[in-house]
Amino acid sequence: MASSEEADVQAPEPTLDDYRTVVQPGTIDMLRRLSERVRGRSLLNVSASREVGGVAETLRGLVPLLDEVGVQSTWDTLEDENGAAAALTARIHNALQGSEERLADDALDELRAFTRRQAASLDLGADVVLTHDALPAGLVEARPPEGHWVWRCHLDVSHPQRRAWSFLRQIVVKYDAAVFSLPAFAQRLPIPQFMIYPAIDPLSDKNRELSAREVDAILERLGVPRDKPILLQVARFDRFKDPLGVIEAYRLVKRQHDCRLVLVGGAESDDPEGMELSADVREAASDDPDLHVLDLPPAARLEVNALQRAATMVFQKSTREGFGLGVAEAMWKSKPVIAGFAGGLTAQVLYNVTGFTVNSVEGAAFRARQLLADPELCRRLGAAGREHVRENFVITRHLGDMLALMVTLLG
Amino acid sequence: MPGLRERTARTPFHFLGCWELSEVLGRRAYDERELLEHLDEVPLDSIYFHTHSCFLRDRTLPGVYPNDFATWAAIQVRDRVLGEKLGIIDPNDVGDLESLRAEVVSLIDDHLSQLGAVPRVMFGQPFHFMQSRVIDVPTGVKVRTLREFRDALVSADAAVVYVHVVEARGRKGRRRNDFAAWMDEQLGLPELANAVTRLTPFPFGLEAVRRRVIQLCDEALGREQRGIV
Repeated sequence: MASSEEADVQAPEPTLDDYRTVVQPGTIDMLRRLSERVRGRSLLNVSASREVGGVAETLRGLVPLLDEVGVQSTWDTLEDENGAAAALTARIHNALQGSEERLADDALDELRAFTRRQAASLDLGADVVLTHDALPAGLVEARPPEGHWVWRCHLDVSHPQRRAWSFLRQIVVKYDAAVFSLPAFAQRLPIPQFMIYPAIDPLSDKNRELSAREVDAILERLGVPRDKPILLQVARFDRFKDPLGVIEAYRLVKRQHDCRLVLVGGAESDDPEGMELSADVREAASDDPDLHVLDLPPAARLEVNALQRAATMVFQKSTREGFGLGVAEAMWKSKPVIAGFAGGLTAQVLYNVTGFTVNSVEGAAFRARQLLADPELCRRLGAAGREHVRENFVITRHLGDMLALMVTLLG
Repeated sequence: MPGLRERTARTPFHFLGCWELSEVLGRRAYDERELLEHLDEVPLDSIYFHTHSCFLRDRTLPGVYPNDFATWAAIQVRDRVLGEKLGIIDPNDVGDLESLRAEVVSLIDDHLSQLGAVPRVMFGQPFHFMQSRVIDVPTGVKVRTLREFRDALVSADAAVVYVHVVEARGRKGRRRNDFAAWMDEQLGLPELANAVTRLTPFPFGLEAVRRRVIQLCDEALGREQRGIV
């Protein structure tokens, strides 16, 4: 069996026509027609990293497709300067997402100086320039006279630290438009604010079809038996993802239904709160052979894919969430989802149509019991979830939105 | 007159699709009174977005209620009474968008006048007013016979149904949808056209319309094959 790393190397990049198996064939034809309106125009994406995080994952799929349909699409990243950028990104993003830890005074000055240094080494000439999140936002100060500039915010900035947002807002208003992932994330701004949902790539290792044999082999390697229904949550160990709440819910379910809980997560060593939570989760799991805690690296895409396919249902019991695309990944595999009432989860989980949104441990347990007792309900919600993802959260829709954004800006 | 299979339109039917880019207006309502106040002020494009183009976003799984106002009242505010009242509104019965705005406003106003307190989101999310830019996209598909029309409709993107059925009447103000007009004027099939005119995505969505149009075409083509026409 190929490991994730090998599969990444070997898999050819999908072409737009490969997605005819995923969406209505007419959609692909329409995307090609839409692209004719911006063929030959240039689009520059600038993000913090090419390797890490959801933005990089999104751009890895999107940039080649934009190129294929005739948009001169390039993707630049900021030089990390010995890890300084990653640390700065974490601090700024935490502040923008409303972390209680106060942003230190020097961070904003540091950000300003960092962006200024980076701007000097980048070619910022393009018909449309899209900067992703906070780190490259300041590049707009060096914008050439030509070109339309758009700030793409992937973060939940609905409750930012006031000082951090006030600083960033002065930069953002210099853009021609902003793009947010949810209406709730948008802010009061004097520029047009568009909304584009993020999307999954159904042909990537994380989401592509796997044979039953592949799934079995991966689960065996991970030490997860398939003798009982599997309840799954894939999320880093962060109190907003509420892994301890999921364990409580599982214990309530377990009184009536024999099942397993698999928690896939982990915490960075420089995150003391996460490390503490991780220890609590492991402690809670230590005396229960049906409770599996797996710490998988970001490259373990096939493993996550297999676990989602093996699961009977998937939890995303967050109390606070950005968009939470893991839910779309699970729904793409026709799994019913029980999700917290937070962020983008409510856009993905349609109550009693694709799953259930819940507000408490008890609510999660109640719905899990209901699903375990009713395979037909699981099937109905799972099938509807897959269709919901097909229409709203796959990469071809994201491609169309990007083309539509270019058409709107360039006329 | 030639049979249906040979009947060829002088003007072909061009399948037109679209792509919608959503725009956030920055207005939000946390209770039904605030919803009412914003409804009076937002551009008509926003009324259209929340009552018509929701079908473009929920193509096969129309929400529990057929417009965003009803869905918000019922799901987020948990005021199912208002949800039901708003959910029954069919924009085709109302006329233009200004009349539709007036209908929604008066309905909410009337509902609130019967309550002691204004229902508000407690655990749910506020209503975010949006509008959209709809970009027409020619698909390049053009057909001249009913058979060709039927076959092309099967594989077309659902946005094609949206443009020719919802946009044709809702935004372009046409008396009947584009499918029906073409069947009548170009193929000389008034009976089929009448049946297609009556089709609306309210409340069952675009795929329900597509399925029904295909079914009506099949029935017409089948009738001819059996010598009934």
